[in-house]
Formats: sequence, C-alpha cells, structure tokens
Amino acid sequence: MSWIPAILAIVLVGWFVLTYNALVRLRNLFRNAWHQIDVQLRRRYDLIPNLVEVVKDYMSYEQETLTRVIEARGAAISAKGAAEQGKAENALTESLKSLFAVVERYPELKANQNVASLQEELTATENKISFARQFYNDSVMTYNNKIQSLPSNLIASVFDFSPAEYFEVGEESRAVPKADLR
Amino acid sequence: MICPGCGTANHPDAAYCNLCQKSFFPTGVSRFAGEATGGSPGPAAPVLRPVPMLSFYEAASRNVRMSRLLFLALFATFLAVGGGIGSAYGNVGYGVALALILYAILASTAYFTGSSLVLSIHGAREADPAIHRKLRNVVEEMSIASGIPMPRVYVMESRGMNAFAAGRRPEEALVAVTTGLLERVNREELQGVIAHEMAHIKSRDTLYNICAAVLVGSIALLADMFLRGAPFRGRGRSGGGGRGNAAFLVLGFFLAILAPIAAKILQMSISRQREYHADAVGAQFTRNPLGLAAALRKISQTGAEVPGENRGTQHLFIVNPLRHFGDDASALLSTHPSTALRIQRLNAMAGIAPAAVGS
Repeated sequence: MSWIPAILAIVLVGWFVLTYNALVRLRNLFRNAWHQIDVQLRRRYDLIPNLVEVVKDYMSYEQETLTRVIEARGAAISAKGAAEQGKAENALTESLKSLFAVVERYPELKANQNVASLQEELTATENKISFARQFYNDSVMTYNNKIQSLPSNLIASVFDFSPAEYFEVGEESRAVPKADLR
Repeated sequence: MICPGCGTANHPDAAYCNLCQKSFFPTGVSRFAGEATGGSPGPAAPVLRPVPMLSFYEAASRNVRMSRLLFLALFATFLAVGGGIGSAYGNVGYGVALALILYAILASTAYFTGSSLVLSIHGAREADPAIHRKLRNVVEEMSIASGIPMPRVYVMESRGMNAFAAGRRPEEALVAVTTGLLERVNREELQGVIAHEMAHIKSRDTLYNICAAVLVGSIALLADMFLRGAPFRGRGRSGGGGRGNAAFLVLGFFLAILAPIAAKILQMSISRQREYHADAVGAQFTRNPLGLAAALRKISQTGAEVPGENRGTQHLFIVNPLRHFGDDASALLSTHPSTALRIQRLNAMAGIAPAAVGS
C-alpha cells in the first residue's frame, strides 16, 4: 500500500495551494476595495468646483455656505492620516448637505438643468463612497473569517496573514441625523 | 397600522397583523393590478404564514443550501432516468453514459447561445447616459456594493414595471429595466431592484438556470426515447421474456411519464429559491430590504408587462410578466414565489414581520 502516503501528500499539497491562493485573493480584494473608496472621494473633490461655479451667481447672499464647502474640500484634500481624513470627509459631507438645503430655497436654482445634474452626480458619488466603504468592510469580514477559521488559519498564521481592520465611522458622525439627499 | 381584525397596532409597513396574522391587503378591492376589480372572485389570496426572522446573510445561505439540494435531486433524477433506460436495454452504464453525452451536447448549445437574443426579443436598447443618468448611477453604485464589474445597462419601452439580468459571467453581464419602472420608482426602490439583478449576476443564476433547464430538457428527451423505443425492444426478443419483463416495462412507462414532470417541478422550485436568494443578497448590497419591498409592492399594483413577453424568458424577470399576482404561492410550476411572500420575507429581514413559530 505504498500509494496511500503518495495520495495523502498530493491532497495536502493541493489543499495548501488552494487555501494559500484563496487567502492572497481575499487580501488583495480588500486592499483594492480600500483604493476604490479613494477613487470615489477623488471624484467628489473634482465635482465640487463645478457645482460652486454654477451656483455662486445665484447665491449672492449665501456666500458663507459656499465658502464652508470650499474650505471643507480643501481640508479633506490636505488631511493626513486615516482619522483626520475621516473627520474632514464627514465635515465635507455635512457642508454639502447644507448647501443642498440652501439650493432648495432658490426655485430658479432648482430648475437649473446643470444644478440638477450636478446634484444627481454628487448624490450618486456620496452613495458610491458609502457603498465602497460597505464593500471594503464586507471584504474585510470575508478575509478575517477565512484567516481565523479552521483549517485555513493554520496557513494564515504561518504566512503571517494578519487580521484587517474595519472602516469605522467616528462617533461624531453617528450623532448627526441623516439628511436626505435623494 | 391598526389591524382591522383585532385592533393591534403594527408597524406601518407590516404586511399582516402581528397578533392575529390577518393580511392587511384589502380583500374587497383588487389586491393587485391584473385581477379584475369588483365582483369577480378571482384566485384566493395566498395565506401568509409567519417566516423565520433571518438576516440577509442567514437567508441567503439558507437559500443556497436549498437550491443545491434541489439541484442534486434534479441531477439524481436525470441519472436515474439514464440508468433506467440503460437497464431496460441490459446495461446501466451505457444508459448513464448516453445521458451524460446528451447533456454535454445540449448544455454546450445552450451555453453558447448569447444573451443578445433575449435583448432583441424584448426590444431592449442600450441606456443613453444623457437621459438615463440616474439609472446608470444606481447601477454603478450597486456594482460597487456588490464588487462585480459594471454591467451593460439596457432600457425596454413599456408601461409595465419590470427588470431582468442576463449573462453567464459577471464580466459579460447586462441588466435591463422598463421605462415604466423608471418612471414610477424612487431612487431607493430603484436601488432595490438593481441590487436584486446584481445579485442574480453575482451568484451566476443565468448559468444555474441553463444547467437546470438543460437537465429538464434531457430528462424529457430521454423519457421520450424510452417511450418510443421500448415497444420495439419488446418485440425484438423471441417471446420468452415473460411476466417479469412485462412488469418492468409497465414500471418503465410509468417512470418515463412521471420523470419529466418531477424534473419540471424541481426546476421551478430551484427558480423560486434563486429569486428568494437574489432578494436576500440584494438586501445585503443595499442594506435596505424595504427598498425592494416597496418596489415589489408598486410593481404588483401597476403590472409587470414587458414587450415580447413569452414563456421562454419569463423566469429572467424580477417579477414574472405572465403570471397573475394572486396565483397561489406554492404553485408547483411557477417560476417566482408570490410577490406577497417575497415582500413578507424582505420585511422579516428588516425586522418587521412577526417572529417565526419554529423555523
């Protein structure tokens, strides 16, 4: 019965290769998901100047709201570190919400085709940012499940696959009631 | 909502009373478009039994288990028919081999017939980014939430509210929605509908459907071959087969007639499981089961007709365009679960329906 060890060895090697590759795939998936969030944040930075350009002529009395949006955008772009960046992005989201609340008060602005389409783009981008974060967290969960459950945790611990961290929303943004941008 | 039967206060979106289980859909007026309003009796409203309170993760993995089991049963039926024919001719192995070869031929034909056919049948045009910007944005949002590539987006000109997804692999997938749907749903509901379609794409339900349909087709073909071939085989032998052989032939006939029906029933219950599954996975993408529930309610009130609707493609749609909404939920041969039941399960995912009696 000399073939029994041989078959066992083949099965073991096959299991090792499959599991290792699955771990690598899952790790790359959540890392890529993280960069997708950045892509959407970048898109929001790019959209804001257009919006400001369109609405500023109408909103002569609301310069303060506009300046807040522009400043928040600048702060978000130059923020360093995950915590600071998270805070700055939340501030930007809030400033945009108040801008849209102001737009609601100007009938000629609401009727403007450019404003409507920019509003749609920004709403979509806000959604994409949160869905990208959600997908990042979902990928982290799948990855963490894999590296912590038997038997794949054996390979994960040998090859140093460490648990990934979830994206967390800060306490301050949890307290803010969700304004409806739809 | 206050229950008219027992006066209990319920959640505003509840489909039926928490206490006495009375359905809140008015019974005198038409519950759904498509049924005649007024006096016509119409089919009885489906009785809603309480469903287990499952999160979308649990609901989805339960549906996966169910559909795997059903698929296995279907495949076993297929092999049994092949083996049965083989044994009638004296060799089980040959029968099974014949069945598998037949399956391979039919499956590859089905696999390489692209989705372009479906599009042209239903008159779907590629969505214009300038006009359907919101639709394209919602699809992109859902492709981000589901982690699959952005599918092609199509629009069908129709008053009815419906949508479908096609494509064997996520990389070549497409979704199509009717103009009637676009006009009547808000962004949240549209997200729910698109998420359901993306869930079909992500779990490769088109492939699932092809495999199931081909199995059913092969079983029917094999049974037919047996029914046509068996009498000649009996005549070929010189009389001596005797009583045992005759009994076997009767049994064979019996099985050959029953097997295709059983296979069809299995295929349809797989299809219904895949719908529940797509509802649950879609809820995972949006984190908002009530969006799809609201869309389904609107669809059931407005009607789901699409251009070029036919029996061949009915299973693709989010709501079966041919079926009457009042049809019994457990109807063995329907492609979709009843809309009321789907809404009930979605509500359960959001924690609205009453807790289950057992699970």
